[in-house]
Formats: sequence, structure tokens, C-alpha cells
Amino acid sequence: MEHVVLKEFENIMGKRLLTEIDDRMSYGYDGSFGQYIPDCVAQVMSTEEVQRIMEIADWHEIPVCARGASTSLSGGPLPVRGGIVLDFSQWDTKLEIYPDDLIMKVSPGVRTGDIHKLAEAHNLMYPPDPSSSSICTIGGNLAENAGGPRGVKYGVTKDFVIGLEIVTADGKVLRTGGRTVKNVTGYDLTKLIVGSEGTLAVITEATLRLIPKPSDTRTAMIIFEDLYTAGKSISKILTSGVRPSKMEILDHNAINKVEDYAGLGLPREAVAIILVEVDGDPDVLVKELGIVRKALSEIGVENVQVASNKEEEARLWQVRKLVSPAVVSSGYTKISEDATVPLSRIPDMFRKIDEIKKKYNLNIVVFGHAGDGNLHPTINTDMRDPEEVDRVERAVEEIFNYAIELGGTLSGEHGIGTMKKAFLATEMGEEGVAFQQAIKRALDPKNILNPGKIFPEKGEKRLVLRND
Amino acid sequence: MTESLVEKLDYEATFDCVQCGYCLPVCPTYIAFKKEKHSPRGRINLVKLAAEERISIDDMQEGIDLCLGCRACETVCPTNVRYGDILMSAVEVLKENKQMDIVEKAARTSSFKFALKNKRVLGLINRGIYAYQSSGMKKAVKMTGILGKSKKMDQMNRAMPDIILSRRITRNVNPFRRKRLSVGFFEGCIMDAFFANVNRLAVKIMQKNNIQVTNIPGQTCCGALQHHTGESEETLKLAMENIEAYEKYDFDYIVNTIGGCGATLKEYDKLFEPGTGWHERAKKFTGKVRDISQIMAMIDFDFNHEIKKNAVYQPSCHLENVQQVFEAPLDVIHQVPGLNYMEMNEKSLCCGSAGIYNILHFDESMQILDLKMENVKKSKPDLIITSNPGCHIQMKLGVEREGLADEIEVKHIVEIAAEACGVRGN
Repeated sequence: MEHVVLKEFENIMGKRLLTEIDDRMSYGYDGSFGQYIPDCVAQVMSTEEVQRIMEIADWHEIPVCARGASTSLSGGPLPVRGGIVLDFSQWDTKLEIYPDDLIMKVSPGVRTGDIHKLAEAHNLMYPPDPSSSSICTIGGNLAENAGGPRGVKYGVTKDFVIGLEIVTADGKVLRTGGRTVKNVTGYDLTKLIVGSEGTLAVITEATLRLIPKPSDTRTAMIIFEDLYTAGKSISKILTSGVRPSKMEILDHNAINKVEDYAGLGLPREAVAIILVEVDGDPDVLVKELGIVRKALSEIGVENVQVASNKEEEARLWQVRKLVSPAVVSSGYTKISEDATVPLSRIPDMFRKIDEIKKKYNLNIVVFGHAGDGNLHPTINTDMRDPEEVDRVERAVEEIFNYAIELGGTLSGEHGIGTMKKAFLATEMGEEGVAFQQAIKRALDPKNILNPGKIFPEKGEKRLVLRND
Repeated sequence: MTESLVEKLDYEATFDCVQCGYCLPVCPTYIAFKKEKHSPRGRINLVKLAAEERISIDDMQEGIDLCLGCRACETVCPTNVRYGDILMSAVEVLKENKQMDIVEKAARTSSFKFALKNKRVLGLINRGIYAYQSSGMKKAVKMTGILGKSKKMDQMNRAMPDIILSRRITRNVNPFRRKRLSVGFFEGCIMDAFFANVNRLAVKIMQKNNIQVTNIPGQTCCGALQHHTGESEETLKLAMENIEAYEKYDFDYIVNTIGGCGATLKEYDKLFEPGTGWHERAKKFTGKVRDISQIMAMIDFDFNHEIKKNAVYQPSCHLENVQQVFEAPLDVIHQVPGLNYMEMNEKSLCCGSAGIYNILHFDESMQILDLKMENVKKSKPDLIITSNPGCHIQMKLGVEREGLADEIEVKHIVEIAAEACGVRGN
């Protein structure tokens, strides 16, 4: 970046423009892979700052990458072509609730966990709950359209955003949507921007929708001895008339990893376990779990254990929580995928992944959100062993391709970013990619907004986990 | 350079970090300085890049230098990254790399190599401070602000605890004849010099409750401060001396009143190669190390004195994050009659004392202390309970800086327990 451009940015940002090499390196990674080096980092704190930066970036055609807490697992915030990183993590100043309208207004750097807390203090709930809630920012959640376990009942981030303030590629400020749930005035730009991974506009404020907070939860654990029945049970529960608030599954390998790690007394021989949570009025919950139990017994599933108190419930969820630490052994790196398949195909996916695990001789466990088919095959690997990384890349490719073959998708909630762009056309076809690129070109003709994301480079066909 | 950077730095451990960022909200320096390079995730990445020679050693210096070493990140890390080891490796490489500036070097040489492990010198310091205080000088300085030219020294002076002379514990029992819970006491050099009264009270409390306490000869400084600033050879020497001194006796526990020293004692085994005889000996030693609060939590106290105070507890980071002692101090605090315990917001966040961080990086340390004091003020206590001398002085400093010295007392948890059960020092 030319010195004069840096100077212009500095005039706007003052000390909040970082140019030292240690800072630039520190904003060049995320929770996925690769280290990139932006030319500078702007710790923005207002719409005006973003707008003025965009004007300069547009004029000089400088790449601009928005970044929240950088917990992304798909490479969303990585400055792959250098340029300027907009660090939103410090802009957490606006967190306003309007309980009577059931909405909240937030600045992009507000942590999702703080949104949860404020909503709950008013007996309301903001349902999207990515597992990184205590760290991740709402800006990142919006850009990636983050999900979480509650997706099965409540949906994902896009279902709870009704308005945005955005800055366009050429530095204009505008608002999309509004403060009402119903709004069909013009194109639904809010939903277009949410999940666009920072490639169409920069989000500077969001209006979020809240719902009444369910008063209680109950949880059951179901243990399976064969995969076919486990798969069948998912659809059986969801068609029983009860809508679980969470429905998580762990495969045989995941169960055993957790058991090795924490010794909780889990059934090691089980092929899978499913955790089901229902939420709402305490009296209704007992009935609902009764309905679930009855539906399952119709297909011969009897091993259902219901937590009788809050401690037991917490212990059951501890099982799910411990999967991540349990799969990581020292010196190894964890690769989390999020291929998503139709509910009825979950057992097929489990079987395929087990096959891939053996074929490539890798350490893979599968767990995830059974209720919406969003699985997390997780591989533990040594990134210093090029031969092993090569096997991992091939295994992940096979998982992607099979998910698409089953009528599923590359990514349920992590986003495409840099990680999955090579496979975009496989899922949506050349025409689909071209249509999306037309939107991108119309809104960002100079390709300065988070370039190098979502769309594959010419001839890019493979997954690559390293950039060096 | 004989060893490559990949070997000298704990490059291996950096691969455990999946850059999930769970460490960010608990890192005091990230909260205070607001930059990724001042977060555990950022530092680990800088060490990794330095090992790969993608940045220079100097480039990781600021991030590493300003780490408090509180290790709160380890407690929340979902993948159990050995942050402490990565940090120590970087500190050592930086120390080797850098021609230390003369002031720092002088301060380190005089305090580490000489004073800290030399009980006689510390005794003299102790007596010097005592003389200074008893002569009324401290009061005079406090009132007139003679040291006012240097605000830093003035505030430090105000925060200094009132000292009583350190006396050896009377060694009246034969340590080889066991009849009840037997404890080898570890004095700690700073604790014994500046907080002799706390040590004396701790011993008295244990003795009153039928625990056999022995203070043994041959014990020396734990080596914490040397270790944290990269003087690893010194630390190793001190560790061996201590292990040798204590293994002569058949104690149930080795007990200390200092969160930070206890943590270093607890990690002696890490200093030795696994499989070696010394590693085995160190393991035996570390298995016996306990904080005084853990011993006090085992005691069936007969607390008969009310302490009518609204109190918060400021845990020592190393007591929590390294020794993994979270509940024992609270168990004791909850038993004190009349005491209203209030859970302080972000209680486990470091106060910014961090060994000699508050001397080497005074301004940054004060930024972190200000965060802590914001939370203190929200709770409105009239008593802050501490578990480590460094934190103790820092909290006193915080109270002074806020002009709350007349309203908020700072006391070690041992002083509280002693008061509640009517044990007096001297």
C-alpha cells in the first residue's frame, strides 16, 4: 500500500490505525487456516469512520476485509489479498433493547453472548447460539449467517434480523429493512446482506428480533445400537408433534473420545447417542418428552434416559461440550467441517464418513445438530506432516462431494470463505455461480469488498488447507 | 546459534492452539490494550511465526513483554494449550536476544541473584522497612508526599504493608516422629520479608488446630520471579535446593501462603526431563504442595469472633489458574461469622501486579489495575481479601489511587481467619 494511502487512513483513524508488523500479523488469521498479512488494520468505532475508509478504498481500489472476533472456521475475515482489515471487535458501544417492540439495536462489535444476557434480563430470547457465543461478535454472525444448536426449532441468524445499516463499496450509508417483522417494501436486502460474508457491503448496525424466553428446559439422552434406527429416530421425533429446541448427535467415535477424556460412564458400545432438549412451560415439557418416548418405542427404541434435575441435565450437555477438547490430542490441529444433509440421509453420511476415516487412515469423529442435518465431522491432524495433510484434504473433499450428492450443502453454518469455494459450482452449478457473481459485480464493481472469498479462482478445483 | 528457534521456542505446543479465541474475554491485557497481539491467541501466533522465522524475534517482543503471565487463558482453553510453556520459551529467547537495558539488568541482578534467595539480606530489608515505618517516616512521607516528584514511588510507598519483624518459627518438635497431620512450612522470601505476620499467623492457626508445623532449614526462594523473566538456570538451582531440603522429611503437605510461589513449587516437575531421577523427586515434591487456604478448608474452625464487613475476594491468578484452587478460600471466607461476602464482577481477572510486572511496566499495570478497581467500586466493599503478597500490595495501591484508603481495608485471607478464631501475631 502506498504511503499516501496509509496517511489518508491515518488521518481518519489516528492511533487506531495499526501498521506495525506484529499487529498486521495478528489480524491475518482466523479459526480456520492460513496466515495472511494486511497492509494495515483500522479499529473502527463509528459508521462515519467506515464510510470515509470505504471512500478512500474505493478511490485507490484497496481490498477491505471486515473482521469481528475472528472465530470463523471458513476463512471469512482473512485478508487474502492484503489491503485494510476493519477490526470491529472494539465497537461494542451500542446495545439497546426495546422490550415493547421485541427488538434490539446493536453495533457490530457486540458479543453475541451479551445480546443473550440482555434479552434474558427482559425475559426475552435471541435464539441464534453459535458455540462461540461468549467470544464472537454479532457482526461476524450476520456476515456468516451463523447458526447453532437451537436452529432446529428457531432457525438461524437471518431469521432474527429485520434491519441493517450498511456502508456500500463506494462509501454510501443506507438502511435496509426496518423495525417491523413484516416488511415487503422492495427487495429483501437484509437477507441478501446477511450471509454475504462481507463481499457486498459492510454492516455497521443491526436491528434484531427477539422472542419470549421459554421458561424451562428438559433433556433426554437416547442410546442407539444401530445406525439405521438412529437415523430413523431423528425424523420420528420431529414428526411426533413435538418440536425439540435442540437435538444433538454424537457418533461412536465421538462417544469413545469423550469417554477416554472425561470418563463420564457413557455407553462405549453405542453407535450413536442423541441428546434432545425441549423448552417451554415445565408441565408441557413432561408431556412432550412422553410423546417423544412413545414415538420412539413405536420403532423399537427404548433406551431413553431423561435427566431428572438440572444437575443431570447439565451433565448430559457436558457430554456434547466435551467433544471438542476430547478430540484434540497434543500437537495436533482440529479441523471442523459443517457439511449438512437432509435429515433422512444422516445415517448414510455417518456410514460414508466412517468409510472415509478408514480409507485415509484419519482420526475423524462426527457430531452435530441432528435436528437440522448439520453435521460436524471433525478431524484431528498433524499440520506439520504434509503427507497427512494431503490425506485430510482428500478426505474433506470426499465429504463435501458426498453431502452434495445426498442433496445436502457444503456449509450449514460456517460459511464458504476460502475453505470451500473450490466446490461452489458442484453445488449450485455454473449458472448459479454466474447469477451470484452478477450480484457481486453490480454492488462491488471494483471487487474491493473481501475479495478472494466465496467464488473460486479460475481453475480452482481443490481444497487447500495451507497457504505457505 | 546452536539450537534452532523451532527447538528453543515451544513450537510444538503452538500447534495445539486452534485460534478459537475463547481466551480473549478472560485476558486482562487484551481487555485493557484492545489489540489482538496482546491476547493469548495473538501471542501464540507470534511465537509460532518467530519460530518459523517469518517475523523476527524483536517483532514478538512487545506482545510477550506485556503478558502478565496470569494464565487465565489456560483455565478456559478448550484444547489445553500449554500457554505457560510457550510464554516461558519466548521470554527466554527474548532474554538471550536482547541486550537488557542497564537499569533493568541492575534491578534484576541485585534482586534475583542476591536478595531474593538470601534470607539474611531479606531480613535486613525487612528490618530496614520496619525501622522506616516505626520511626514514623512512612507516615511523614505519606502525609507530605516527599517522594512526590516520582508519583510512582509515592504510590508504591503508600501501598507498602505495615511490617512486623520476621522471626523463625520455633522448631520444637522432632519432624521424624509423626502423630498427626504434619506440614512442612514454606516461607517464601518476599512473603517472609514483607508479610512475616501472615506467615506467623498461618503457622499459629495450624498449630492451634492440632497440625504439626515444621519450618525447615535449607529452604530457599521458589524461583518464580527468576523463572518468569527467563532466568531458568537460577530457577533450576533453587528448585533442586528446595526439593533436597524437603524430601528429608516425611511431611503430609508442604504449605505456603503465597499463590504465586505455590504455583511455581507445583510446577517444579516441569523443570526436569521426564524419566530422570530429578523428575521423580520433583513429582513427589509437587504432589505435596498445598496453599494455606486448602489446609484451612480442611480445618473444623471454631470461629468465635465476628468480622462485620462487606468483603470481596481477589484471588491470586496463579492460585487459580496454575494450582487450580478456586473454592477453598471461599469455603474459609463463608465460615467467618458476620462477614458479608460479595462476589466481585470479573473477580478472576488479574489485578496487574504479576510478579514484578508492576515495576517493569508500571503504566500498563496501572491500566489493568484501573479495570480491577472499577469492579471493586461496583461492589462497594470495606474489605478486600487477598491470597498473595503481590496482589495484596497491588490492591492496596489501587485503593490508594482511588482515594479509598480510609474506606477499604486490604487483608490476606490468613489474617481474616486468624482474626475470626482469635489468633494473634507477635
